[in-house]
This record gives sequence, structure tokens and C-alpha cells, in this order.
Amino acid sequence: MTRLVVGPFNRVEGDLEVTLELADGAVRSAHVNSPMFRGFELILRGKDPFDALVFAPRICGICSVSQSAAAAAALAAAMGVEAPPNGRIAANLVLACENLADHFTHFYLFFMPDFAREAYRGRPWFDAAAARFRAVTGSAVRDALPARAAFLQLMGHLAGKWPHTLAIQPGGSTRPVQTSGCIRIEALLRRFRNWLERELFGDALEAVAGLHDAAALDAWRDARPPAHSDFRLFLEIARELDLYRLGRATDTFISYGNYPLEDANRFFAAGVWDGGVPHALDPRELSEDVSHSWLEAVQAVSHPSQGVTLPDADKPLAYTWCKAPRWRGRVAEAGAIARQVVDGQPLIRDLVARDGGNVASRVIARMLELARVIPAMQRWVRQLRPGEPWCHQATMPREASAAGMVESARGALGHWLEVREGRIHNYQIVAPTTWNFSPRDCDGVPGALEQALVGTPVQDGDAVPLAVQHVVRSFDPCMVCTVH
Amino acid sequence: MLSLMWLQSGGCGGCTMSLLCSDAGEPFGMLHDAGVELLWHPATSERTGAEAIEVLEACAEGGMPLDIFCVEGAALRGPQRSGRFHRMSGTGRAMTDWIARLAARARYTLAIGSCAAYGGIPAAGANPTDACGLQYEGALKGGLLGARYRSGCGLPVINVAGCPVHPDWVIDTLLAIASGGFGEGDLDSLGRPRLYADQLVHHGCARNEYYEFKASAEKPSDLGCLMENMGCKGTQAHADCNLRPWNGVGSCTRGGYACISCTEPGFEEPGHPFARTPKIAGIPIGLPTDMPKAWFVALAALSKSATPRRVRENATADHLVVTPAVRKTGLK
Repeated sequence: MTRLVVGPFNRVEGDLEVTLELADGAVRSAHVNSPMFRGFELILRGKDPFDALVFAPRICGICSVSQSAAAAAALAAAMGVEAPPNGRIAANLVLACENLADHFTHFYLFFMPDFAREAYRGRPWFDAAAARFRAVTGSAVRDALPARAAFLQLMGHLAGKWPHTLAIQPGGSTRPVQTSGCIRIEALLRRFRNWLERELFGDALEAVAGLHDAAALDAWRDARPPAHSDFRLFLEIARELDLYRLGRATDTFISYGNYPLEDANRFFAAGVWDGGVPHALDPRELSEDVSHSWLEAVQAVSHPSQGVTLPDADKPLAYTWCKAPRWRGRVAEAGAIARQVVDGQPLIRDLVARDGGNVASRVIARMLELARVIPAMQRWVRQLRPGEPWCHQATMPREASAAGMVESARGALGHWLEVREGRIHNYQIVAPTTWNFSPRDCDGVPGALEQALVGTPVQDGDAVPLAVQHVVRSFDPCMVCTVH
Repeated sequence: MLSLMWLQSGGCGGCTMSLLCSDAGEPFGMLHDAGVELLWHPATSERTGAEAIEVLEACAEGGMPLDIFCVEGAALRGPQRSGRFHRMSGTGRAMTDWIARLAARARYTLAIGSCAAYGGIPAAGANPTDACGLQYEGALKGGLLGARYRSGCGLPVINVAGCPVHPDWVIDTLLAIASGGFGEGDLDSLGRPRLYADQLVHHGCARNEYYEFKASAEKPSDLGCLMENMGCKGTQAHADCNLRPWNGVGSCTRGGYACISCTEPGFEEPGHPFARTPKIAGIPIGLPTDMPKAWFVALAALSKSATPRRVRENATADHLVVTPAVRKTGLK
């Protein structure tokens, strides 16, 4: 048995270290360490509840709007206020813009450059992948960054700026757009759609969103040469490297549901998908465990609303700053794949039924969200009504306790807020990568990534095993959210 | 070519994310064209793990020249000055050690964002991680590297402050360095590049007419001036946010919310709820920086009484309820 420490793990958001025990050319066990602690939950204590809108987005620069949305939802629940239609739609557009931009950034900047590494020279797809995806210098970076920046101009219109907007309020949005703004947003969405259809998919978004099972996806891939579009090239790489059999975790998926609609439903449904069985999401069934975290074990396991975050850097057996969230005491995986499988998207359901969550299906789920959500955003912007209200007012009660649950790009994000005497008494945050990169719990059960890494092939003496890179990055980890 | 190394510590990565929103669309290509070559950046570089440590070590030991060293995020000195709140993964060493070693070799050291410059958000509340900036702790000189620190070229740490930074503040500073003409006179008294810090957020604010007449917003989504009630510090905060749009068309005040003066040391602890203006006897305590208070109060009273109905009514609405009069006689 040999031990390998992999870090700094770049092309993820924030700092990450993975310790692997290796035997017989494969990972025998993995320990995932989130090595940075900032203490947002301590900072928020005693603050005015509305100040959470300033602090929460600054937990994370890449999920900043998601953190705003969760904070605003918790404050709204505490006050019992609902946004008017314009405010609700604007918040959905802003959150969708961040989530899709993150999927896009992950694909082009973080995930695909690994296939351009020299170790893959000689593979049939290598030359195409290297020319397109090589870090910093590949043609995709030159093409994708301007497209991303142009898409994020939606934030300039609806949120003032990104990251770190204060536009998303419990009662709606601070930013009323007028007709000219709506026209410009429609135009930039058309432009981004065109880019995706030309470069990423080489096909209409509706054609991709309509792929209903694995066979249809394979047929779509083979209908044109791999170099025809970036997604096809990825699918060909996934086929040739068999990424469908790499990085399987627990196959229990959790989604809080996203984008509230006018009828109290969400555009993506909430729920848990547990080995093929659907469950309703009951927030009372969530818990956090700190048995292997550098945190004082005031209680070993607690509901997030009762959670405590007090650092203890010398705690025996602990190996990360990350807590271990659990559903019914069990490990669950969050992310686009969880959202799509819970929502019943047929292709992702089929892929998960065949090979569970894996490197390929996680990436496919993200790309599918780009194809599904852009058309929805185009509908939403046409539902905005300049001249009608954007924000409702309410006052914070002296005592309140509430939760805000949304889906960021990386999955289930929850804020639990307790107000006493008009100030924040407790504020607890459970982020999606906290779910995915959780350490072992008090029963010694490893977290989702720790399980996904077991069995990953590693060549002797390979200090930077590529398969490990693929598995880790397939989760699109956000380490700054994980430990806040 | 100038070599550039970028590290992230006690921050959120938002300054990098903002940088990637550059309207030029391709910041690294733009820097490359100006002769700045990226040695390593945690978000974009191919090198990972042991390969990355090799480059970091070579720079820290002096074997590889390090021209520009950018740090994003605060230095987390705790617990008990051990730096263990952030150990750089794969190395077991405190990030504060890495920063100090690399800063000792760099020709230029840049603090990217208010966390790296002054401590910023992680230093709020009881500052649980003992966070500070590279050369400042709030507005006090010192920080991780000490008040006397000078990088190889003789400059103190260049504080590209902001939460987050505007992409062009970083790019323009790096381009100025690459052009060879960046010196101490290009920094203000808090170490910020004057190319953006000599302006106030107020300059170019789209709510200017409301400000002139003290026609104030009273609630989120109102069109009026955000200073009197909504906590806006745009008349005091140093930055060109309303002259240089964010994400193509935006800014905080254009987005309908207050400037929270995120380029200033200590902005994270204003001593009042961020979105409410603190007042004494109904008068905001934070008035424009270079205006005598009595004059401000007198002018405010005068302008309030002269406010046109259009400006007064629009100020508390979320769309124009009264539009400017159309004169049919021609403008004189």
C-alpha cells in the first residue's frame, strides 16, 4: 500500500487536497481535505439579519448569486414575504445566468483541459482536444471567454454586477428593468444560444434537450464527426476512455429544486432519488456530522438549524474543515446530475440506471442543463412587465427561524437562519460541495467523492494521476463554498 | 516577458471570476500580448499537484525569476499565528509562509481585492481567522509582510482593492507595470492604483439628478438617490465604478443598491446595517468627503425645496411616472 497526496488541486474553485491509499494499481481509499477555513457562520453572529445579503455572496465568487438567493430566501421565509412576479422572474434569470455560466466555465476552463495533456498523446482524439482545450492557450479559451463575458452582461442589466450583487432581496429585486433592458437581455440570450448551438453542440438546443435515452445520445454523437462540436468531441473521448465507468459514488441524489414558478412549483423539482426510488424532500431529514472535521463536537450530529461551527485545529482523527452532511444519515450526491435525475429528465434517468453517477454522466447532465434552461430564460424574460412592481416590503420580526434552499450550479445549497432580539443568533450554511466532498461520518462512512475515487486506476509512480483528476473535476467542486 | 504568479488564500475567488468577465473577453491573451506570461494561476493553469509545487518552489528559492506576484484573498494568520486556517494543499505549509517567501522574491507584489489589500470580509466580526491584508490590517500599515516591505522594484504592495475588483483595474495595473512606467506616484495614500482610485463612485452615477435635488429612494427598487436612506457611500468611496461599467452596463447604484465602499479599508464593519444610512437628527453622518458639512446641509435644504415634481415623484417609483417635458419651441 502506498500513499499519495494530490494537491494543490487547481482548476477547481478554491483549495483542495486529496490523500490516496494505493494498492494494485488502483485507489484503495481516499481522504478529501478542504484546507481553508474562514468562519462566515461566526462572522454573521450578532449582525443585522439583512447584512447576510452582503456577507453570504462573498462566501464564494463563483456561486455568489446562489448564496445571495439562499440568504434572500431564508430572510423572506423569516418575514413571510413573497416577491411580485417581476422580482421572482428577475431572480430566476440572475440565478440561471450564474448557474449556466458556471457549467460553461467548468467545461471549457476547468474540466476539458485535462484531455489536452501530453499523457494522452497518441489517442485518436488527442490532436483535436489539444488544439481546442489546452489550458490558457487552446482555441476554446479564446472563443469561450468572450462568449461567457457577453452572456454575463445579463448581470449588468439585472444585478448591477457579478459577482457580489445586492440586487436579490427577500421581497424581489432592487433593479427594475424597463423595455429597453428587456430587449437587450433577449438579444444577449439569443447571442449566447447561437454560440452554444454553433460551437458547443453543433445542433439546436431543443434537439439536445430532446435526447431521451443513452441510445439516442450515442446515435446523436455518431451522426457527425467528433470535431463537429465540442460536446461531440467530449462524448467521443468519454466513449474511448470509458468515462461512464469511472467515478461512481453512492447513486443517492439530492436536489432542493430550483427556479420558483408562479404556481409555487419549481422549474426543476425537489426530491431525493435513491437507487432508482424517488422520495419527497423533507428538510427535517438532513443533518451534519463533525466527527472528522476540525470543529468542536458540541453535538456529533445535528440538524443544520441547530448546527455549531467552532474551529478546533488539533482535533484527533479530523482531517478537513468540511462537515459531513447526510440525508437520513446517509451520503448523497448533489449537482446537475442530481437535479436532472430528480426532475425526471429521461436521458439522465437512463444513464443513471445504467452506470449510476460517473464522470461522463455528471458532465452530460451539465450540458443538458445549458440546453434546457436557455430556452426557459428566453421565455422568462418575455414575462417581465416593466411598470409593474419589482420588490415587496416587509419587516423582520424580533424572533424568527427559517431556511432558504436553492440549487446552485453545483447543487443543493441551504441557509438556516435564527433571529433573536432582531439580530442573527445562528446562521448555518450547507453547500453542495459540502455534500459531495464530505469526510467520513461518525459511522466511518466516506463522503461521495471519497467513495467515487475508490477503484480509480493509478499507475505506479504517477504523481498526477489523470483519472483521479477527471473524477474530482467531474463534481465541479467549489471549495470556498464547502468550508465557508 | 514578465512572469506572473497568482495565488488564492482567504477569499472567495470572486476577483478571478470578475477578471474573467473582462469586456476585452480574453484577459490572459491581452496580458500575453503586453509581455506578461502566466507562470501559474489556480483557476486556469494546466499544471497541478506536484508540477505546480515545482514552479512555486523554484520561484520561492529564486531559481525561477518572479516578476509579478498576485495574491487574492486575505492572509489567514490564525490559529495562534500558525497559519493553519489555510495550509496550501499538497505542501503541508501555511499559505502565509508561501506568500511571505514568494513576496520576498517578487519584483512587484499585488494584493488583488480588498481581502488581500486590507483583510476585507474575513476580517469582519471577531475576525475568527486573524485575517489581514498583505501590508495592511484595515487602514493600519503592517499586515502580513510588515509596513516596511518593499518588493524587488522598491514599491510597497500594490493594493488593487475592491470586493470584487473590476477586471480592468487589474488588467490596467498589469499593463502599466508591463509598460515599465509604474511608480510610487501612481499609488494613492492607501496603496491603490490611482488609475481607478482617483475617482469617486459618485462620478457618473446614473442617479445624479436625484442626488442634486436630494430626491431619495425610500425602499429597494426605487429610482431615487440611495444616499439619504439606503446606505450609499458613493460620494466618499474611491473607485470609477460608474465611469467604467461592470458587466457591460452595470454598477452597484445602477443595479439599484448602495455602494458599500468596498474599495476602502474596513468596509466590512461599517458600524451600521449596510443598507441603512446612519443619521444624526435626520442628517446622514457620512457626507461627501470634501464638502463643508454646513454647506451641504444648507444646499440640501435648498435643493429639496426646489425639487421638480418629476424628480420627486420618480424618486420613490420603480419606473418613470413623470417624464421630462417636451418643449416644442426648440432648445435654446
